Amino acid sequence: MSETLSIEITVNGRPYQLDVPASRTLLDLLRDDLALTGAKECCVVGECGACSVLVNGMAINSCLMLAVEADGAEITTVEGLANGGQLDPLQGAFLDKGAVQCGFCTPGQLIAAHALLASNPHPTIAEIQEGLAGNLCRCGCYFQITDAVVAVAEGESR
Amino acid sequence: MTSTRIGASPRRVGGHERVTGEQEYVADIRLPDMLHAKLVTIDCAHARIVSIDTSAAERSPGVRLVMTAADLPQPVPRFGPQFQDRPVLATGEVKYHGEPVAIVAAETKEQAELAARLVRVEYEALPAIFTVAGALDPAAELVQDPGLRPDDPLARTNVFREHVIAWGDLDAAEAGLAAEAGLVIENTYTFPMVTHFAIEPHGFLAAPDGDGVAVWSSIQHPNWLQKIVAGILGMPLSRVRVFAPDPGGAFGGKQHTKYEPLVACAALRARRPVRLILTLEETFQAARRASCEIRVRTGVRRDGTLAFEDIEANYLIGAYVDIADRVVSKGSYPGAGPYNVPTVRIIGRSVLSHTVPSTAFRGFGNPQVNWAVESNLDEAARALGIDRLAIRLHNLARRGDAFIPFDTPADGDWKQTVERAAAAIGWNSPLPPGHGRGIALGLKSGPTTGLSYSTVRLLADGSAILYAGTSDMGQGARTIFAQIVSQELGAPLDWVAVVMGDTATVPYDQQTSASRSSVLMGNSVLMACRSIQAQLRTMAARLHEVPEELISVDRGIVHLPNREVPILEILKPGLGRLGGELTGNGESRKEGDMSHPLSGAAAFFEFNCTAIEAEVDEDTGDVTIVRHVTVSDVGKALNPLQVKMQDEGAAIQGLGHTLMEHYIFDATGRIRNLGAIDYRIPTSMDLPLELHSDIVENGDGPGPFGSKGMSEGSLLCVSAAVASAVREASGAVIRDLPLSPERVWRAIQERDTAK
Repeated sequence: MSETLSIEITVNGRPYQLDVPASRTLLDLLRDDLALTGAKECCVVGECGACSVLVNGMAINSCLMLAVEADGAEITTVEGLANGGQLDPLQGAFLDKGAVQCGFCTPGQLIAAHALLASNPHPTIAEIQEGLAGNLCRCGCYFQITDAVVAVAEGESR
Repeated sequence: MTSTRIGASPRRVGGHERVTGEQEYVADIRLPDMLHAKLVTIDCAHARIVSIDTSAAERSPGVRLVMTAADLPQPVPRFGPQFQDRPVLATGEVKYHGEPVAIVAAETKEQAELAARLVRVEYEALPAIFTVAGALDPAAELVQDPGLRPDDPLARTNVFREHVIAWGDLDAAEAGLAAEAGLVIENTYTFPMVTHFAIEPHGFLAAPDGDGVAVWSSIQHPNWLQKIVAGILGMPLSRVRVFAPDPGGAFGGKQHTKYEPLVACAALRARRPVRLILTLEETFQAARRASCEIRVRTGVRRDGTLAFEDIEANYLIGAYVDIADRVVSKGSYPGAGPYNVPTVRIIGRSVLSHTVPSTAFRGFGNPQVNWAVESNLDEAARALGIDRLAIRLHNLARRGDAFIPFDTPADGDWKQTVERAAAAIGWNSPLPPGHGRGIALGLKSGPTTGLSYSTVRLLADGSAILYAGTSDMGQGARTIFAQIVSQELGAPLDWVAVVMGDTATVPYDQQTSASRSSVLMGNSVLMACRSIQAQLRTMAARLHEVPEELISVDRGIVHLPNREVPILEILKPGLGRLGGELTGNGESRKEGDMSHPLSGAAAFFEFNCTAIEAEVDEDTGDVTIVRHVTVSDVGKALNPLQVKMQDEGAAIQGLGHTLMEHYIFDATGRIRNLGAIDYRIPTSMDLPLELHSDIVENGDGPGPFGSKGMSEGSLLCVSAAVASAVREASGAVIRDLPLSPERVWRAIQERDTAK
């Protein structure tokens, strides 16, 4: 097996000091070592977005990032979005607008939407569709997901 | 506060878990002492296995089990929902690209993956059959051992079964049409091999459980899986416990048993839990839709009246039957569409091949034939100079018409649906240059048999627990059932718990398919609630000394002759000091009819009209869907938002096989585009510029409150509507899906050459 390295990361506000094999992906670290199974595994080639997490505020495919590359980073997974059991506005909007069917892509969609709104608080519909283009939804909730992001963007502008 | 009752769209039950990451899918489950498994395959579509050397793999670090067919009971057990032909592991021969020949289980996933590569499989590559023509060639090798169906005259061919549906006299109809100089339009169409691509790849776990076994699978039909595993292991049903966590998308691909028997055998042999999570690539090699070649001869009179439909559909099913033959019979059966056609002959063939076993996929064999027959109707309209909408309305079955003579008569006001779609697309309004419109009708026979039990417990505080064996794979079954319980028993929605997916606690349900659950399980849940209402009436009669027949219970309220009280005011004193609960059982049964061609008439028809406006870029062949209208006859929308989500989702999924999706094979039958990079499904950048989903509600369905099933309708006829629009926009004539830019561009070049 590969060499083990020591890293320090913060996940959902909680600091960790971990020894991880150099070959371990961030996704495997989160799911298998930290039992944070919100980020999902599907394509493992960075095409589906189900494994999206925020690394220092940027949405990345955690299946394509080695855990050791995240040394020193602040990571947010879907488990870190709700504040003390209170859903954040995007989570609520996803439910109200019908943006969730089977739910398997939902964590990734939420993370991508967060990253989008952080960099562009008032996106157009075309910008939302482009911003979330890396997150596949086979149930086909795309229009509802866009509605949810618009609702949050408009809500914040009030 | 948002209403939670029938006809409202409350937040999805299970939605909170889905937006917080708490929802537990199969791959999220970790069992103590669990082994990780990896399948061993060879990169070949068809091969004779000469030998398998597992010694290096067995010596590899962390490996606890390497199993081949030789380690299974002999002869190797075979299974299938319709025909028991699929071996638990390949034995003697690999019959499709990706068929597992061994399984390795190790302490870690990485160790299992490493060791799987150390299993040495010596094999002799054999020619593979992966086209209809190749399979039907009289000299073709037989895909299936004829000994598996010794009394079948077709056993010495690659046709598994041939299904013929016919009414009227075709010879007479042809002669009559010729005499009056009617038209016969004949064309051949093809539909590609596509895959479900649920974002959750298939996952399985199994563990020894006392003297039985527990199996976890993201399966749509847990009770059917239980039966198959029990059969293979020789155990009573009560010793096989199936846990079926909500699937992360299924679309038919998770209806039937795949590798659960293998994982169960591995767990029993290793005496430890074993976990097998497929990669997306392996999932492509586990489930797919049948491709199809359809020859259609449409006979039409000069005024546009249909005289006959003569349809021959050859579905390329895989190396093992799975549920594919039922897909073929049920999918080809209503092939003549929702029209009054006096003479019909439909031949549907299940053609075996050395390909991944095809299975159920939203639409269940109907989109293939619909694509051909609806497209051919457009050809007839063009040839006659009749409007494509007008020819449909002219022939459309009206409510009560026995349009399929031996089936349920037309059960909706379908004209209303068509007219609404035509109006929404602006059928007769002027079009910009480079734009075109198409319209098509989709029809599917709903469930033909069914059996759904349910149990409702009304607890002492007025909250309720429902046990229903439906699989909530995204369609929102939990929400619908909770709404029914809420409405009938007066409990707020968040006071209704819905328990699914555990065969040891939840009563039997036949299956989650054919858009049946709101109707069949819905009726069962309604019956369970009404049983509790009856018990409350008895209680109220006793407590208030009123004759029972003067009491009614409705929407959580007990109506006494002189006043109304909430259920709780009867329940609490009625139960008395010890508390307790009321229990109601529901049973919804649709018996089959073995004399019927599908062993049962339709419980309802799914009916959809899709209208498309498309723009074609003549330089690139790229198709933009400018406006996509889908109207479905749903009877009654129990939850309008969920109806819209299912309708839009099916429409977008239909755009996938219409515009971009298809398996690509190399010359030896290996799939060349496994995985998400080379197999594209619609993203947020591939959507119609506008998607308009509408419903017709006449309360005329057999489900609760007049509902019908509706989750497949808008996928049925997308392809024909899009191709029709593309043709009007560009003149490109295409009879092969998908309408990829390359194909559209080439068709435009051919159009120009023909000029």
